[in-house]
Amino acid sequence: MSIVVSELRHTYNEGTPARSEALRGVSVVIERGQWVSIVGHTGSGKSTLAQHLNLLLLPQSGSVSIDGTDVTRDAKNLRGLRRRVGLVFQYPEQQFFAETVRDEIEFAPLNWGVTGRELDECVEMAVRSSGLDPALLGSNPFAISGGQRRRAALASVLSMRPDYLVLDEPTAGLDAAGIRELRQLMASVRDEGMGVVQVTHDLEGALANSDRILVLERGVGVTCGDAESVAEYLLRSPVQGLLMPPLARFIAGLRERGIHLPLTAGVGDVINSLEERLGCEV
Amino acid sequence: MQGVTYSYQGATAPAVTGVDLEVNPGEWLALVGANGSGKSTLAKICNALQIPTQGVCRVMGLDSSDPANTGEIRRNVALVFQNPEDQIVASIVEEDVAFGPENLGLPSGEIQIRVDRALELTGLLEYRGRGSSSLSGGQKQRLALAGALAMSPCALVLDESTSMLDPEGRESFLGCIGELNAQGMTIVQITHRMEEAVRAGRIAVMERGRVVWDGAPELFFGGEYLRWGFEEPLEFALHRELLARGILPGATLPVAEDMLRSLCL
Amino acid sequence: MRSLNNISLGQFIPGDSLIHRLDPRCKIVCTFMLLAGLFMASEPLDFVLWCALPCLFSRLSGTSMTTILKTGRPVVFLVAVTVFINLLWTPGHEILRIGPLRVTWEGITVAVGMGLRLFFLVIFAAMLMMTTSPMDFSAGLERLMSPIGRLGLPTSEMAMMMTIALRFIPTLFEETDRILKAQISRGADFDSGGLIRRARSFVPVLVPLFVLVFLRAENLATAMESRCYSPGAPRTRLHPLRWAARDSVAVICLFSFIAAVVALDRLVLGGVRPFR
Repeated sequence: MSIVVSELRHTYNEGTPARSEALRGVSVVIERGQWVSIVGHTGSGKSTLAQHLNLLLLPQSGSVSIDGTDVTRDAKNLRGLRRRVGLVFQYPEQQFFAETVRDEIEFAPLNWGVTGRELDECVEMAVRSSGLDPALLGSNPFAISGGQRRRAALASVLSMRPDYLVLDEPTAGLDAAGIRELRQLMASVRDEGMGVVQVTHDLEGALANSDRILVLERGVGVTCGDAESVAEYLLRSPVQGLLMPPLARFIAGLRERGIHLPLTAGVGDVINSLEERLGCEV
Repeated sequence: MQGVTYSYQGATAPAVTGVDLEVNPGEWLALVGANGSGKSTLAKICNALQIPTQGVCRVMGLDSSDPANTGEIRRNVALVFQNPEDQIVASIVEEDVAFGPENLGLPSGEIQIRVDRALELTGLLEYRGRGSSSLSGGQKQRLALAGALAMSPCALVLDESTSMLDPEGRESFLGCIGELNAQGMTIVQITHRMEEAVRAGRIAVMERGRVVWDGAPELFFGGEYLRWGFEEPLEFALHRELLARGILPGATLPVAEDMLRSLCL
Repeated sequence: MRSLNNISLGQFIPGDSLIHRLDPRCKIVCTFMLLAGLFMASEPLDFVLWCALPCLFSRLSGTSMTTILKTGRPVVFLVAVTVFINLLWTPGHEILRIGPLRVTWEGITVAVGMGLRLFFLVIFAAMLMMTTSPMDFSAGLERLMSPIGRLGLPTSEMAMMMTIALRFIPTLFEETDRILKAQISRGADFDSGGLIRRARSFVPVLVPLFVLVFLRAENLATAMESRCYSPGAPRTRLHPLRWAARDSVAVICLFSFIAAVVALDRLVLGGVRPFR
């Protein structure tokens, strides 16, 4: 069960002076139960790719298939397919419109005709997995605290019970504690079997948390793999607009000084090998 | 500029309470604290956008509570806010930079000179005739900075100015700030990210409306920041551990390149 | 898929052509003369002459003809309705009859004239907006309105409001597009159901949009204030408006052209006068 994107191309404003190629042949597979990060600079096409996963955009060339169904072949059932892939936009709390948090969370399932007990179950499930304080269900979504607002926004997408969750810059505007909690949440829905896709320009966060990383540069996927192989690739051939995380830069510097460590090694490993080396010298 | 003296005591408003702070000319002060600790209120007080309910705020000796000083203070202390979209007034880059000087009623020749200089300092000279909505996020924020610089201020207050930028935009923005500071500009940088505060010459911590710590970065990054509950970036953890084991000399900053240089390898 | 990306409402296109360099007051005056001319001479045949203007404009400003014509797109529906109504409800010499509907010769003349007039109206206005930066436009308008200002109307504030409104149009389109997409991905359906249902389905778009706009406005006001803006205080300009010889020439040429078209219309074409 997976989303398969192959040779996807997308051009905005075709035939006008503002024509711009956002995607120029991108392929990626997103399995359920996996956390895939799509990283790239501003304008690399990562948001365009995210919108294809949710069928907000349809392939102009190439294909997207969700659990074996090619979306272009099944155009009548777009809404049905769309429900399988929840899309959380950047600053999702800006999309609030309802009077209570509960109404906000019920919006998506109601749109797909879910009612009665099933609806209650959807809400309950969404509240549980988003970590939202259930006492806030009756509150005004505009009046609750920032962290809870972001959770309510997540719950309002999780309530459609998607099989895949795509998040566009989910950590934007959160403080460190908020980011940590959000990552735990994403890991837990992944462990429950959901496919998680995170679109971000934060390479450090992507390297530290995801199972697989796709790096986009000007509409082309330049590398895809686990954190270590992607870090190695980026060290060899830097990609525009992506900065190596400080710790990886430090490890790269150590390599030049004869200490060889994986680029994604933890702080503890680095200290151990440094002590070892310095101990020898003394 | 004789000295930005800033003292603000015992406000009834809960946002900022009894803050005493003095920022010296040419200094780079990082004001760090969690969301809602009163940092932004303090920024607005510096610019006379808000007047202390108690205590006084003096900018170059001018009392901000006197309406006659408001214009002078705003001219000398320029603010750059969080979201560049909310600060850009005009549709054309150079027209936006000119907005401040136009408000001051300067003659057009003088405005032209200031606009040119501000655009040059922020590396936007080639975009002067472009539409402001066609710029990238980082460029927009540098445009907002240029708009502030065109006022020819003595001090810049950056209120979470990099929080909405991507890493590349953040680097280029902070690079600009570093150069300005080297040329003698006073910087007050408000942030909640530790790794952004490393370039500052002095750190002040705000918590629940109070300045609870104020001192040198070496001391702060030596482990002091953990006391105030800040999230520790990985390289900071490494830095702290290496310091504790005596592998790194005390004055090293928690920046990868700095630490590598200081290592005796 | 719904997307607002392709809407162009005659947004300013930065440039350095002759038309771009004309004084905004000149361009505003010219546009008003054109609109007046359109109302005085809108025989279908006159439009052959009016067509010369967009062509000339395209040459002088470096804007492609397609771009100019595209600005008329948002009003195509309005034009169609106008044509349809005039076609069927103008009494006169009947030439075609389908059931209760009658098409008259006069109806065709009126409908075509009305439709073209509306279309040209939009295109002429767009020509002004495409070559005048919002800042210049509002400065020009402010100066032209200054006689009213002496009567106590806040002309400079009104001009500033206009500048900002124009500056925020692209931003607003982006935001609307984003909110629209976000609600579609939560299953919102804007395309089915009756009129009322459809109108109601836009609540989830309009509410967040209003909230955002208010927030934006508040932040912007603070930012403007911090840059020493105070309403009503005298401001100077980066590029002061200068009325050059070319501006006078432009106004005179255009005036002569319009006068010629109107004269031709009155003297030669005469005949049916559908619009009064």
